[in-house]
Amino acid sequence: MKVFVSRDMASVALGANDVARAFAEAGCDVVRTGSRGLFSIEPLVEVETKEGRIAFGPVGPGDVAAVLDGSHANRLGRIEHLLFFAGQQRFTFGRCGVIDPLSLDDYAAHGGWQGLGTARVMTPQQVVDAVKASGLRGRGGAGFPTGIKWQTVLDAPAGAKFIVCNADEGDSGTFADRMLMEGDPYCLIEGMAIAAHAVGAGHGHIYIRSEYPYCIATMRAAIQASAHLVAPFVLEVREGAGAYVCGEETALLDSIEGKRGQVRAKPPLPALQGLFGQPTVINNVLSLAAVPFIMVEGAEAYAAVGFGRSRGTMPVQLAGNVRHGGLYEIGFGITLGELVNEIGGGTASGRPVRAVQVGGPLGAYFPPSMFHLPFDYEAFAAAGGLIGHAGITVFDESVDMAHMARFAMEFCAAESCGKCTPCRIGSTRGVEIMDRIIGARDASVSVRPEPVEGLSSLADKGKASTGSVGTGEGYLNRALYSRSPDRIDVSIAAQTGLLRDLADTMKYGSLCALGGFTPYPVLSALDYFPEDFGAPAPIKEAAE
Amino acid sequence: MSFSRETDHGTPAAIATGKSVTLTIDGQSVTLPEGTSIMRAASLSGGSIPKLCATDSVESFGSCRLCLVEVEGRNGYPASCTTPIADGMVVRTQTERLKKLRRGVMELYISDHPLDCLTCGANGDCELQDQAGAVGLRDVRYGYDGATNMGQAKDQSNPYFDFDPSKCIVCSRCVRACDEVQGTFALTIEGMGFDSKVSASQGEGFLGSECVSCGACVQACPTASLIEKKVVEVGTPDRAVVTTCAYCGVGCTFRAEMRGEELVRMVPWKDGKANRGHSCVKGRFAWGYAQHQDRILNPMIRASVDQPWREVSWDEAIAHTASEFRRIQAKYGTRSIGGITSSRCTNEETFLVQKLIRQGFGNNNVDTCARVCHSPTGYGLSQTFGTSAGTQDFDSVMQADVILVIGANPTDGHPVFASRMKRRLRQGAKLIVMDPRRTDLVKSPHVEAEHHLPLRPGTNVAMLTAMAHVIVTEKLYDEAFIRERCDWDEFADWAEFVSQPARSPEAIEPLTGVKADEVRAAARLYATGGNGAIYYGLGVTEHSQGSSTVMAIANLAMATGNVGREGVGVNPLRGQNNVQGACDMGSFPHEFSGYRHVSDDATRQLFEAAWGVALDAEPGLRIPNMLDAATDGTFKGLFVQGEDILQSDPNTHHVAAGLAAMECVVVQDLFLNETANYAHVFLPGSTFLEKDGTFTNAERRIQRVRKVMAPLNGHADWEIVQLVANAMGLGWTYDHPAQIMDEIAALTPTFAGVHYDRLEAEGSLQWPANDAAPDGTPTMHIDGFVRGKGKFVVTDYVPTDEKTGPRFPLLLTTGRILSHYNVGAQTRRTANTAWHPEDRLEMHPSDAENRGLNDGDWVTLRSRAGETTLRALVTERVAPGVVYTTFHHPETQANVITTDYSDWATNCPEYKVTAVQVMASNGPSDWQQGYAEQARNSRRIAPLEAAE
Repeated sequence: MKVFVSRDMASVALGANDVARAFAEAGCDVVRTGSRGLFSIEPLVEVETKEGRIAFGPVGPGDVAAVLDGSHANRLGRIEHLLFFAGQQRFTFGRCGVIDPLSLDDYAAHGGWQGLGTARVMTPQQVVDAVKASGLRGRGGAGFPTGIKWQTVLDAPAGAKFIVCNADEGDSGTFADRMLMEGDPYCLIEGMAIAAHAVGAGHGHIYIRSEYPYCIATMRAAIQASAHLVAPFVLEVREGAGAYVCGEETALLDSIEGKRGQVRAKPPLPALQGLFGQPTVINNVLSLAAVPFIMVEGAEAYAAVGFGRSRGTMPVQLAGNVRHGGLYEIGFGITLGELVNEIGGGTASGRPVRAVQVGGPLGAYFPPSMFHLPFDYEAFAAAGGLIGHAGITVFDESVDMAHMARFAMEFCAAESCGKCTPCRIGSTRGVEIMDRIIGARDASVSVRPEPVEGLSSLADKGKASTGSVGTGEGYLNRALYSRSPDRIDVSIAAQTGLLRDLADTMKYGSLCALGGFTPYPVLSALDYFPEDFGAPAPIKEAAE
Repeated sequence: MSFSRETDHGTPAAIATGKSVTLTIDGQSVTLPEGTSIMRAASLSGGSIPKLCATDSVESFGSCRLCLVEVEGRNGYPASCTTPIADGMVVRTQTERLKKLRRGVMELYISDHPLDCLTCGANGDCELQDQAGAVGLRDVRYGYDGATNMGQAKDQSNPYFDFDPSKCIVCSRCVRACDEVQGTFALTIEGMGFDSKVSASQGEGFLGSECVSCGACVQACPTASLIEKKVVEVGTPDRAVVTTCAYCGVGCTFRAEMRGEELVRMVPWKDGKANRGHSCVKGRFAWGYAQHQDRILNPMIRASVDQPWREVSWDEAIAHTASEFRRIQAKYGTRSIGGITSSRCTNEETFLVQKLIRQGFGNNNVDTCARVCHSPTGYGLSQTFGTSAGTQDFDSVMQADVILVIGANPTDGHPVFASRMKRRLRQGAKLIVMDPRRTDLVKSPHVEAEHHLPLRPGTNVAMLTAMAHVIVTEKLYDEAFIRERCDWDEFADWAEFVSQPARSPEAIEPLTGVKADEVRAAARLYATGGNGAIYYGLGVTEHSQGSSTVMAIANLAMATGNVGREGVGVNPLRGQNNVQGACDMGSFPHEFSGYRHVSDDATRQLFEAAWGVALDAEPGLRIPNMLDAATDGTFKGLFVQGEDILQSDPNTHHVAAGLAAMECVVVQDLFLNETANYAHVFLPGSTFLEKDGTFTNAERRIQRVRKVMAPLNGHADWEIVQLVANAMGLGWTYDHPAQIMDEIAALTPTFAGVHYDRLEAEGSLQWPANDAAPDGTPTMHIDGFVRGKGKFVVTDYVPTDEKTGPRFPLLLTTGRILSHYNVGAQTRRTANTAWHPEDRLEMHPSDAENRGLNDGDWVTLRSRAGETTLRALVTERVAPGVVYTTFHHPETQANVITTDYSDWATNCPEYKVTAVQVMASNGPSDWQQGYAEQARNSRRIAPLEAAE
């Protein structure tokens, strides 16, 4: 009997390998697929029957017999009929969880390579025009029209051009890139090969974060297996080294070049001077993986779904304190409330939802009062937020939003590349301000800030060299113009004002989105949840 | 000239495209070249946008975020340093919004900066201080109790500058200067975010790191984080004088920044056309010798060299000198005395010394140190092209596509030019290195030679002829160029010669030890890779076939059409600051200034008319001939200005014997050098800081040397020569070197247009500068060779007589190192000894192992000429069978080893090839011990007698 068990890292984390082994030992023909994308039913087993694949989940290794005889309590029937899947528009993830990710036959049998075949009989300009017409925008978060980026690279005169895929998926609560690369790697390869044809590139790099070992192995195997199909285009995987900022496209390029991952100033645009100074298409996994569909089904089919200027589908990732965590691919326009409450089923803890953060650690926090927001780049921007990579992290009423604001600053401090001043110094000062606010809120007295995590070694050095308690304090006591800390107004009102000024400096002064977007979670927390900041202030419109 | 910082436009000039754009900045319409940054555009139109991470010596970076501006129609606040101007753009550089943002950024900076401004070394010369003022920061609301990077230990390991990480604002200007300007890549930013800090190599101290102490980082630093120790010690300068470095032939111009008569620092001048604002450890920092306690400030005489020196008045010393020279001439004849001009002194001084000899001594017994370095260049290039100098300016290298470096080690010998070359290599030019050693150019960060041809010392001619063989037999030559510019029949003869099978790379492989395939590939690359530029050094000239090698190089350049435009050419890298000038000024025994033979009646008559005496039509003696004549008893008196022939010339024993045989040796120098051991009169010299004049660098560029302080010894060198001349009855009346230059211009056609007022106005001129070339000549031979048709010369390879054998199985080659200069008289008296305290003998591990030697062991180095001891440095930089050392330290006396073999045409010594043996040693050789004793004795100065 043929059964299907996911080999996706998340499924494996939930026990899928043990389950697969148990079925194999029972004599089943076990096909390891990608994940279907709903983790509350993992480990998931699908049994091939005349009626189609019948799903059971979650399943343990001891459940083989019950599954095989159909008596298992967690019989789910046909996956496609489940509520979570029935409403999806799987333009990009159509094969994920269905096929054996590394089987070229499976891929071809499910429509694989048709997009590349179609593209290769078109002129590069026709391909670029199709991508433009589809309305596809960068799925990494910036939402820049993909076709226009490709046009710039196509028009750039150069001896060598590159396609770079940004698979440094670092946003908390996101996993779509990983799921696709582990579950349908040829789809990404095909998308990159189409891009290469469209702009005249000979070489492609996929930059994958080191925390994705399964993904790296799968992509490498897939690249090797499909090399003859995409030739003369050549692909390679580059492994990241653990820096979040290397997901920023120019830092990523520096990292591939073997340099310290540090953000470049733009201009020049990577499309004109990118990898090794050559014109480069740098796109997120999801942007590139959407292209085969556009080639096969046509730009109009892709553009037919969506909302406003946000066309096509978005693989939304539900995570955090949510009942049905997983990947939900749907056309733009669905509301935040539908996603959280109907698709996600509310919190896992069962308590009321208090806040959701959309777009990763740099996205804004929204209260349920904003659940009417349609999933759309422009609508979120207008509300002081961003879609980002479409990760949604859900929090229940136990969350302390001041701590979340502090975490945003702390995250920025830990991940800042250190190039630009607002991010490098501002994030650390932001943590200190939040510590003062939280301290004042909790104790109504001024507190000394705790050292930022990751900066403790520095603080220790300061102590060692000066012999005093506070970091650098001894040094300042010797300096002519040291100013004593008590001259600083540490009231919540003053510190909140300073926090807003700092957020302004970071938002408009930072070189890249890391420093520039950190104010989103900070200010949204402050604006929507002022009571957590020790001051019952009225809710204001979010920062522009 | 009073002290003010040079204007910093923030970003470099745009690469010229010929197009310009017009925009509006703060309501003012501005038209500038396409590609200019908004920041630079604002600066050029009289504005100033706040900045910290931008400086116009490095590419824009966009990190400080102070330079944000508003551009109509664009979102956000683009950084003006990284945003190029565009047609119709409307920029506002100062708005309420921008003021708030800039103050916000500055507030963050200052929240992590020690505010000890009043006691800080950079007080008054700190960009952070200036910009805090410029943006109107009045409060730091973050307080000072948070995390900081203050209180970190200073790195004071470098002898010339300190690194204080507490004052660092992490603008990366130092890192970028090290990368982009110097090309060493020694610095990096370590850590992330708030922990980011500047680090030398991998967290090492500056001294122990790969840092070459060029000073580019210090110059780039906007705060006191990287600061000259001297500024910390003295304070900020109050005036600046532009002058020219007195070290190598690159001829960097510097601003000597002074406080009163005290030199505070030397800062490379951005408008200097030779160095374009860059410097090396020598010119930037190693000028302390000028005030060193060893400097002799009073004239001294003695009756014989075994007596102590006696300090005397200038009058007595000069009178004694004149009377001794006249006495010797009366006794031994007019030609029994002569002199040596200095390649370290100015053109004017050199001209006066040769004038003293020709006019006053009445003979042509004048020579110069070029005898031992680039005399074959003069001969070889004048035979083939018609001029005794390099064909290009340094800027030309930025147009080169293939760079062929032969027998030169520019990263050590000509570091500032090497940085330009490396910049071009990083842009993609290809490199071929022909050198027995694996020099730094062969492989260093972001530079790698396409081909390294590690030939055996002494086989240059065979190698270059083999390259010509490939170019001719594979028909890679430029026939059109040859037919137009050269004599086709001469080319045909030469082509027939080089085509012979015996000249092929395969045939000479056993001689050179270099694989034939590699030679063929290198020849093809040079011939077909676009603009091919040749740079060469003393590894070419200091051979028995030095002149042949120069001509073989010229042949290659002509055959491939690589002469007469930007980006190509044949370029000797000249050793000393004014060796080009010394040659130009008539320092050779057979030539007047401008390379005109003394037997040429018309030229001689010109000088006779000007100087009012009859001049000798017979060429005089070269240095080795003077020494030979001295041991023969016919040459008895010598005037040596600023050269140490005992240490620098080959076969030290022979030089010593010659000097010892003379009755009056007059040495004019800063220090009691080695030659002074044999001197009877010592005239204290002045440093380049103490006189006016000009130096001419390797690109024929004549640049001003300006007096920044009074001579400690009382007189500038040119004044001393004038005193001697007048004591001999010549009646000179020069009040200023400008008058000497006027005389040079009047008597020398290539210098006809060179006058001080023009040098003041234009900064520099490259000769020929005359009516035919009123603005000078950056590139030579543009419309045709100076000699008419370029001449191909057949260069048959004749192996040197200096051969290895059972007694002397290794080949010694000599050279120099970055931190030291020539005989080390100057640099040994500075902190540069921190990098190179002694000469070491480089040898390959296999040769060391065969002899049971380890790194650091004392070894005896012996040739048929002599022996010395020094410590071994075991390294794969040298090939098996080859050993290498430097000649910077008199304790080592490497030239005890070198022989008296020399170039067939010019007598340039064969320093680069000596057969030697190396063996373990217990300590200094007998000769070294004896020499040390003699040197001590001969430097004794008798106590002064009471004043009358």
